[in-house]
Amino acid sequence: MNKQVELKNKRIIASKHVKLGQKNKMNQTYTDINDIFYNSEQTPNFLTGSEVIREAIKRASVGTSVAYPITPQSEAAALIGEIYAEGYLDEYFRGESEFAVMGQCAGASFGGHRVFTTTAGPGTLRAMENFPMWAGSRLPIQVCVTCRGINSPLSIQPDTLEMHYLLETGMLVWHAETAQDLYDFILKGFIVAEQPDVHVPIAVCCDGFFVTHTKDTVDLSPLDKCLTPYDPYRNPQPVMDMETAPIRMMRDPFVMKSNYISYATHASWQQEIKAAVERSRKHTIPLLDGLIDEENIDREILIVGSGTAVSQSREAIRLLEEEGIKVGLVKIKTIRPFPYEEIRQATKNAKHIFVPEFNVAGWLAREIKANIPDNERVYVGPHVAGGMTMPSEVIVEEIKKHLGMEVASRGTLG
Amino acid sequence: MSKEKIVLCEDLADVMPPEYQELVETATYGNQDRGWKDIGSSKELIEQHSLCAGCPESIAFRYILASLPAPENTVFVGSTGCTSLVFPHVAVHNIHSLFGNQNAIASGLKRTLACRFPDIEKDVVVLAGDGATVDIGLDMTMQSWFRQEKFTTICFDNELYANTGGQESGLMQKGFVAKMAPKGKSFEKVRLAEIAREAGCAYVAVLTVSKPNRVEQVIKNAVLVAREIGPTFVQLYTPCILEIGKQSMEGLDEMKDSESIGGRFVQKEYITDEAQKLLDSIKEETKARKKAAKDKKTVNA
Repeated sequence: MNKQVELKNKRIIASKHVKLGQKNKMNQTYTDINDIFYNSEQTPNFLTGSEVIREAIKRASVGTSVAYPITPQSEAAALIGEIYAEGYLDEYFRGESEFAVMGQCAGASFGGHRVFTTTAGPGTLRAMENFPMWAGSRLPIQVCVTCRGINSPLSIQPDTLEMHYLLETGMLVWHAETAQDLYDFILKGFIVAEQPDVHVPIAVCCDGFFVTHTKDTVDLSPLDKCLTPYDPYRNPQPVMDMETAPIRMMRDPFVMKSNYISYATHASWQQEIKAAVERSRKHTIPLLDGLIDEENIDREILIVGSGTAVSQSREAIRLLEEEGIKVGLVKIKTIRPFPYEEIRQATKNAKHIFVPEFNVAGWLAREIKANIPDNERVYVGPHVAGGMTMPSEVIVEEIKKHLGMEVASRGTLG
Repeated sequence: MSKEKIVLCEDLADVMPPEYQELVETATYGNQDRGWKDIGSSKELIEQHSLCAGCPESIAFRYILASLPAPENTVFVGSTGCTSLVFPHVAVHNIHSLFGNQNAIASGLKRTLACRFPDIEKDVVVLAGDGATVDIGLDMTMQSWFRQEKFTTICFDNELYANTGGQESGLMQKGFVAKMAPKGKSFEKVRLAEIAREAGCAYVAVLTVSKPNRVEQVIKNAVLVAREIGPTFVQLYTPCILEIGKQSMEGLDEMKDSESIGGRFVQKEYITDEAQKLLDSIKEETKARKKAAKDKKTVNA
């Protein structure tokens, strides 16, 4: 399952969709995902992350979006309401809590719509029971998670701890570094999640505030091209619309049976969800150009990270380079499926591996430690939490300290 | 979905399960006058049930499925509990997702089906127990009524958590001694029908399932009003004979006792003027249709 997929000449089979080339009511043309990104002119725009979410959804042929206010995703959810009013989506409303919203999303997906929603921090945890249910029901819903703290006392600051909770839900979990990633991942995420051999939900995560509330230059695909719509009948499960025969699903409901067949059924279903997540690799690799990005991985010191920790690391690497310390970089784009083999390969020459993270748990470092040989090479950190920023200088300092180098006192730093 | 969609391929017909063959041959799909009297003479939409012997829920299930105006275009949403043991045997699409979120699921589902099938009336019916409807799910139950979601909510009220072994629920009577209420329940049975009325349901009915013709009428009213006007709610007393210490054959008596004068389940309905008008017009139409059919028959004879 960890076999690497060759990139050359591979293109996702996005669409032999009947609607390909037709126009929707907003006069957008249903276009293959590859043509949207690789055969169309991309125009730079200066936008906040929330506005980027709106722009992606304008081009995503979404059926239903359900909204609920929580900082920092409220703005994105409200902006989707505005484009609904303009006619871009078929259905949009505000639910009463994240738990209910994820249920409403599930209902819409069971009924055959492409569904998008957003959440953050405590909302993600309030909704949590729904995520394994989505996966188990094979609903390819997309939730954009704009990560924020989940601790008490109340925090609304950026923190990626909630992603740790998403790892074993059976969802695809992708982590955007920048607003550009966010735009690309949202559109590409629908197509990967909806492949019949995948067909599981996807969480497209980004670091709240850093990505959602700052402006960045983002290349947008043309507004007159949109994704081919979701075809609910390319689905490993029957759509709940009474348009297919109502089969009797089982002779006895498994929930009440304490016997081997019952256990085996549940166990194999869990394994099937895991396998479906792994099967997404072959669709994801050509679209995202690999599950990881690599820079100078032949170096002895490597930083491996995801999200905005990668951006901070790039600057740290530049600062270290000025001092003659050469450091390579691995950016992880998909946390589920986890790029085990890619990371093993990318880190095989490294003597020191640093994993900077915006959370107290260091979950990414744990994942890496659990999957590479000689894992004493992995240094769990630096990590910050509770909304703290991670200045590049902190990464520099931590690396130098760990390597036994002279570190300037904090007072004289940068 | 029309009945043609489930017609069997001739070559494979003999390997299909007998219950499926019967569904194709003798189901009452598309029959406008289907009702509880079809039970026993045509193919029922519930194959078997795995409930306790004599459980009133099982007969309630059969009456409801026999009374749906258009099962071929109806999707059920269930919840965790005794009902979730029956749905796998039911020949209507049905969703079980979590415990208590049934009205949230139904909200998303109904809106999506309305978008996807603008020319076909797709009915959504929620069927859940009292724990799911009133306790863990009350927020989502009521919010769907506030939002005027156009589907029917049916609550099987057995006045306790039956499936987990008889714990106290909000719809339990005051004073009843149960698990988790060792000194007797300390507060009154939640007045869900009144809550439903005030929360915006256009049609509300409370009754037992002792009389099938009454159940049929109520279910038809609830589904048809939900189609045209807004949310509807039906609360059916389906006593858990096991947990209240009755024998298998005593369920019917229990229901009859509780609906007699002064009982907890004397039949009542709350109908908005708009809903009443609709029901009157449907009654007129049905009468006219039946009369026309009878006249035609007489002429042909």
